[in-house]
Amino acid sequence: MGVIKKLPIYTEKLPGGGLILTSLETVINQAQAKSLWYLLFGTACCAIELMCTGASRYDFDRLGMIFRATPRQADLIIAAGTITKKMAPRLRRLYDQMAEPRRVIAMGGCTIKGGPFYYDSYSVEKGIDHIVPVDMYIPGCPPRPESLLEGCIHLQEKIKKQKLSDWQEK
Amino acid sequence: MSSRFGDDILSIEDFRGDRSYHIKPGALFEICQTLFEDDTFDVKFLADITSVDWYDHEDAAAGRFEVVYNFYMLSHTYRFFIKVRLDESNPRIASLTPIYAAANWLEREVYDLMGIEFEGHPELTKILTADDLEGFPLRRDFPLTYEVPQFSFNKDDPPEVIK
Repeated sequence: MGVIKKLPIYTEKLPGGGLILTSLETVINQAQAKSLWYLLFGTACCAIELMCTGASRYDFDRLGMIFRATPRQADLIIAAGTITKKMAPRLRRLYDQMAEPRRVIAMGGCTIKGGPFYYDSYSVEKGIDHIVPVDMYIPGCPPRPESLLEGCIHLQEKIKKQKLSDWQEK
Repeated sequence: MSSRFGDDILSIEDFRGDRSYHIKPGALFEICQTLFEDDTFDVKFLADITSVDWYDHEDAAAGRFEVVYNFYMLSHTYRFFIKVRLDESNPRIASLTPIYAAANWLEREVYDLMGIEFEGHPELTKILTADDLEGFPLRRDFPLTYEVPQFSFNKDDPPEVIK
């Protein structure tokens, strides 16, 4: 029993026995939640906070999040910065190139609803939810690294709660 | 420069150490070619091209659009500006691409945002704005639009676009 007590918390234990059981759903959800490799998509000042979060002081890597420079290896887009109407088809193309399951974080006011460019702008897309489905919105202009970390933790919680029976292609 | 092109220079403006030459539109290409080729001037660097819209301004009588050429003389470390006024009905000016290769993208940018046509440019197309955007957004009379934000009191209304 000493070994079993030291096992991670998500391991399900049968009372009084040596068997350890868990569901396939839990394993898949844990694997997805704890290795969210994100696509670098920094287009404005939010990217500075994203870089700061990835560096040693805030250390994104402890959440299992490593940046990828190609959509083929990424599970997540962190859209950090203003998305212009000219950039919008490129964002959709990168999203289409990612493998399922794929997720999107809208970081900052610009990606949520256009931010400070909401009024009188001829070039800025008013929210990236017009282009790609968004899983998590992180407000701020730009959000502090703590906000980004909390948003990612919330996204992990969301992934852990998903059911295999609900899975569908977006 | 005043003695060389005296007839084509309309006025000279000094402002906080920067000198601007207001010249006639027809003489631009000739002047720039002389500036580039003549060793006494030796102007090899076209730093920037910008434009101003004097729409509904008291100075608009001289021409609504103003194209500003930003030159830098590397051998003399001296910067100066050449300004050309263009009429609203026909905003056309000779392209500097045969002289300065740097003028290619700069003139495309001015065309894209202000709608000034450069005659003799090899490929005068959009460079910055989205392909489906009509009009020239940095003109003063470009229509501004916005959507009414959806709050709790009007969340059931359809999004309204005000033009």
